[in-house]
Amino acid sequence: MTTLLEARGVSKIFGGGVFDRSSTVALEDFSMAIDSGRPSITAVVGESGSGKTTLARLLLGLVTPTRGQVLYQGQDLQAMAHGDWRAFRRDVQVIFQDPYEVYNPFYRVDHVLSTPVAKFRLASTRAEARGVIEEALKAVGLRPEETLGRFPHQLSGGQRQRVMVARALLLKPRLILADEPVSMVDASLRATILSSLRTMNVERGISIIYITHDLATAYQISENLVVLYRGSVAEVGDVELVVKRPSHPYTQLLISSIPLASAERSWATESAGAPAGPQAPSNAGCRFADRCPSVMGPCLQAPPPLFQTDRHRAVACYLYQSAPALAGDKMGNAFAGSASRAPGNSAGAPMAP
Amino acid sequence: MTADVLRVHGLVVHYHTPLGAVKAADNVSFSLKAGERLGFAGESGSGKSTMVLAILRMIKSPGRIEAGEIWLDDRNLLTLSEEEMRQVRLARIAMIPQGSMNSLNPVMRVKQQIADALVDHGTRLPKRQVEERVRGLLQSVGLQPEVASMFPHELSGGMKQRACIAIAISLRPKVIIADEPTSALDVVVQKQVMETLARVQRELDASVILVGHDMGLVAQFVDRVGVMYAGRLVELSPVRDIFTKSLHPYTQMLIASLPSLDQKGAFQGIPGLPPLLRDLPPGCAFHPRCPHAVDRCRMEEPGSREVRPNSWAACHLL
Repeated sequence: MTTLLEARGVSKIFGGGVFDRSSTVALEDFSMAIDSGRPSITAVVGESGSGKTTLARLLLGLVTPTRGQVLYQGQDLQAMAHGDWRAFRRDVQVIFQDPYEVYNPFYRVDHVLSTPVAKFRLASTRAEARGVIEEALKAVGLRPEETLGRFPHQLSGGQRQRVMVARALLLKPRLILADEPVSMVDASLRATILSSLRTMNVERGISIIYITHDLATAYQISENLVVLYRGSVAEVGDVELVVKRPSHPYTQLLISSIPLASAERSWATESAGAPAGPQAPSNAGCRFADRCPSVMGPCLQAPPPLFQTDRHRAVACYLYQSAPALAGDKMGNAFAGSASRAPGNSAGAPMAP
Repeated sequence: MTADVLRVHGLVVHYHTPLGAVKAADNVSFSLKAGERLGFAGESGSGKSTMVLAILRMIKSPGRIEAGEIWLDDRNLLTLSEEEMRQVRLARIAMIPQGSMNSLNPVMRVKQQIADALVDHGTRLPKRQVEERVRGLLQSVGLQPEVASMFPHELSGGMKQRACIAIAISLRPKVIIADEPTSALDVVVQKQVMETLARVQRELDASVILVGHDMGLVAQFVDRVGVMYAGRLVELSPVRDIFTKSLHPYTQMLIASLPSLDQKGAFQGIPGLPPLLRDLPPGCAFHPRCPHAVDRCRMEEPGSREVRPNSWAACHLL
């Protein structure tokens, strides 16, 4: 099956070379592929410093990988001709996290919507263009008369965010990369916008990579989940498995910290934690070792590979070293719905020891 | 019967703009019991931040407190002089404002910022003792003594927020108001910060008002919840009831819109948009979006009634 967009062994290191201690490894040896044929929704979950925004930028070709490649329909982004870039930019749309940075403050927000309409010829007359833009705004809960004609600084963060979602929906690309598209939007409207994204996937076959720190919305919208911690994949697989029965100690910590909107007190147990102070330097092994309640010897020596503990789940943790290790670029094999040839039993059942 | 520490009656706050008066808070009444955690939940523009700023008399022009009474320690705060009110702030009621961690002075070390608050309120202790107080405060919020000499940019988000909590509790207030204290923080850090807040509350035997839009946070931390919509307090109930048998349709729809971690389902947003606060619809502010609205809702504003013991709601249908 051909891939639409693929990251192959991608690493990004900021500040200094590979062996420079003052450098920051934002993302380490990351591989993931989005198929062309079958529209999918994949969530990448992580907190700040996890590398998720760096990943978004790498996938969009906005940043060059230090190692590895990003491929669009089999072609390395670094080697694409102009015509291919144009097709790439039309097919792969982004909804950025920070609604402040993406707008040119000298233009009214209409510009960000009318430009793609003109460039990709989504309407034949001015009136039609206006109609198309108004529909898109209404779909994300914005009143056209309150949004059009305004400058970015005259809108709230949530409004700016929604305009970006409207823009992505307008273009009907093949893949939408959404980096925290609803973080500043109210709960009730968040549901409406995510519903539009899901409709895009179901009705128009648009694949989505949904990058967020919000596990609840990630769980609701996606089939597969990638949990990032400090630049590496901690756990990956079918969202039902990863969320309901998390294996990695970090995923477990993350899920137990989520305040549930229910009468049940999920925050019953107090977090263990020494008083916070100046940050300790990181070690050579697993990135989570300094916080992990189950840390062992091997954890400090080398970062663990992904161990495939279930047909549709893999965990990068030495607690599961009895399970077969997954080769770095085969992370997709752990995805639900993947067309891989791993020895099969039914989805969700653990692999035979 | 637990005593009330704070009582708010009929608070009205308007912002006077060229386009008309924006009714940011409309006839809000509630009491805060000693040792209680009261949460105010609502979406943006619901009036929650305006309300807490009004309690501290920090509403700036063109905003104005039009009506109401705010009783603390048998005194109506709205009748105090500017100087008397200044003394109440921090010493009796402290606030951790929204985005406070980004408002720490970038060129001052943490210990100086905490000490500032103490000195400003008349603490006349020798330097050594002030430093000891600061260390004690840092310890109570779970920060190492080294943090005292650090600058804000050297601290993580969670640490900065804890430093803000330290400032807020430095004079041992009876009421702590936290306005979106964890909005920019990761979920793991958020839990730690909230636990810190819970611990200092217990140590001070204080009451907490938590303002937020994150219903999960509210659910896990508070004892009672006040739900705000379009500047009005539409429901005020014990937290368990809010999540098991809420009264107001807005509360019910808001909770239904929250994504669960239990099971996948359809996304259920609330159709329509909140009204413009300078152009509120007649009658109930929620009626245009309410699936149960009847004629009376469109004409007559519902008053708040005690529908069940300790549960208040403003809805004609109850």
